[in-house]
Amino acid sequence: MDAAMDLIRRMPPAEVEMALASLLVLLPDHSADLLSKVDQPLQEAWDDESGRQYLLCDYNRDGDSYRSPWSNKYDPPLEDGAMPSEKLRELEVEANEVFAIYRDQYYEGGTSSVYMWETEENGGFAACFLVKKEGRRGLLDHGLWDAIHIIEVVSEEEGEAHYCLTSTVMLSFTTKDDPSMSFGLSGSIVRQMEADFPSTEGHLGNMGRMIEDMESKLRNGLDQVYFGKTKEVVFTMREPLEILTATSATGQSLQQAVVGDIVRRRSVH
Amino acid sequence: MDGATDDHKAGIAKWFLLRSPPGQIQQVAKDVQKILMSDKLYQQAASEAFPIYNMEQMICLELPDGSGQVLVSNCGALDSTHYLDLRTAQVATICTKVRPATDEELPSGFVEEYRSAIDSELLKYVEEAFPRGSCAVFCTAGSTAEEDDAPFELTALISASKISHQNFSSGSWRSTWKIQVNQELQSVDLTGKVHVNAHYFEEGNVQLDTNYEGSDSTVLQNPLDVATAVVNIIRSKESEYLLSLEESYSKLSDNTFKELRRKLPVTRTLFAWNNALQLSLSREVTRELSK
Repeated sequence: MDAAMDLIRRMPPAEVEMALASLLVLLPDHSADLLSKVDQPLQEAWDDESGRQYLLCDYNRDGDSYRSPWSNKYDPPLEDGAMPSEKLRELEVEANEVFAIYRDQYYEGGTSSVYMWETEENGGFAACFLVKKEGRRGLLDHGLWDAIHIIEVVSEEEGEAHYCLTSTVMLSFTTKDDPSMSFGLSGSIVRQMEADFPSTEGHLGNMGRMIEDMESKLRNGLDQVYFGKTKEVVFTMREPLEILTATSATGQSLQQAVVGDIVRRRSVH
Repeated sequence: MDGATDDHKAGIAKWFLLRSPPGQIQQVAKDVQKILMSDKLYQQAASEAFPIYNMEQMICLELPDGSGQVLVSNCGALDSTHYLDLRTAQVATICTKVRPATDEELPSGFVEEYRSAIDSELLKYVEEAFPRGSCAVFCTAGSTAEEDDAPFELTALISASKISHQNFSSGSWRSTWKIQVNQELQSVDLTGKVHVNAHYFEEGNVQLDTNYEGSDSTVLQNPLDVATAVVNIIRSKESEYLLSLEESYSKLSDNTFKELRRKLPVTRTLFAWNNALQLSLSREVTRELSK
């Protein structure tokens, strides 16, 4: 398992699905472990009843069926598929509506889904917030962003709740603004965050603010740190040479030398 | 039940090995060995994958007699274990010994004049621009050409890498410039491909993959002048490419990234979690009323 996880860390993130499928062939005994530890880009499905797109993951799956967060029904239909309690489903419905607005404001498009389920620990619950965005506008030739936020909530004494968030962002894109070159970056990072908040403020707001904060951190981390590091690698392999232009000082003195040379040669002939 | 055949498993192992980031095939090999749990299958995959990886990455090996280095590439490969180094006119067997190259393995004296002139000019450029670079020039077609004779093709290769396991980063730069010399047309045509990778994996996994293609031409003159002209083209094309890379990076934050996820919502304030629904409802109501 350690070797498998190390391997995933070294394979191109854009090819993680193929890497995972290959590991499943080589390590059939570890399939459950691999499937839960290796994050993959999210798949989308269409909910006919509500006319909305939703996302598939392990947390809305029961057997071979997936539950839509909009109609709360399994596809293909399941008689006794796992469901959140009525009270938790209420929160789930609200979370889906609010998170869709959040997604629209930050992503200007894309698909989102929120799933919730009861956990065994002292009446707590867990939720997963998913976003998938595909982009082809502007300089993007093709871009993909997948965010997976899993948050566990445990109620504590004196109206406090403990939140534990694990977030994964996977992204890959290619740009094509210069016809002579292709430029592709892909990456995935995972981070965790824990916090206590008064549950009187409402679970949804508490979870949402944590997710919003984490998403911004991951986005900036990828943008500033991770992509910056790859640039650093390139620019230490090939150093930018001083570019000679007719107006630069070096260019000027070179030009004078060349002209002088030509004049001298002519006078010899 | 174990469903996969041995060939399938070895094929998968090869797939992983060939996707090793620059300088990391040994680490990937260790993982693959542990996962396969079969030395036989591992050897089968490794014996196929290593030569391909080494050639694709254009790795540079010290010649065993200390006379220099040999660039492992498909231009200089006589077979999967023997590599030609024209600078010392030797053939290296990976990685145990060298023998002098035979006359058939070397280009004609006429071609060699052009090849060695470009080689020494290219060495100067590589020393200047690549702190850890190596290069080689091969004759890849028409190696028997004489003066006023058939066209011939030289291929200039540049390979540079940066591997730093402590800093969780590695990268490679590989240029392949094909130089077509046509004596009838008195022309020298260049087409180049550059492939650059970088990998950064401290608590994450981020990879850059970029390619460049460019071409240019110059006139056929004496070997020294052709060498200067050819290497000037390579130098300026690769500098242009580096500038384009710089530009692509500089557009990331404000343009490319924004198309996927904005830094802040369209409203330019953090999301109003507690009254988002009301806000969006009231906006809809306003929209309905204003119709």
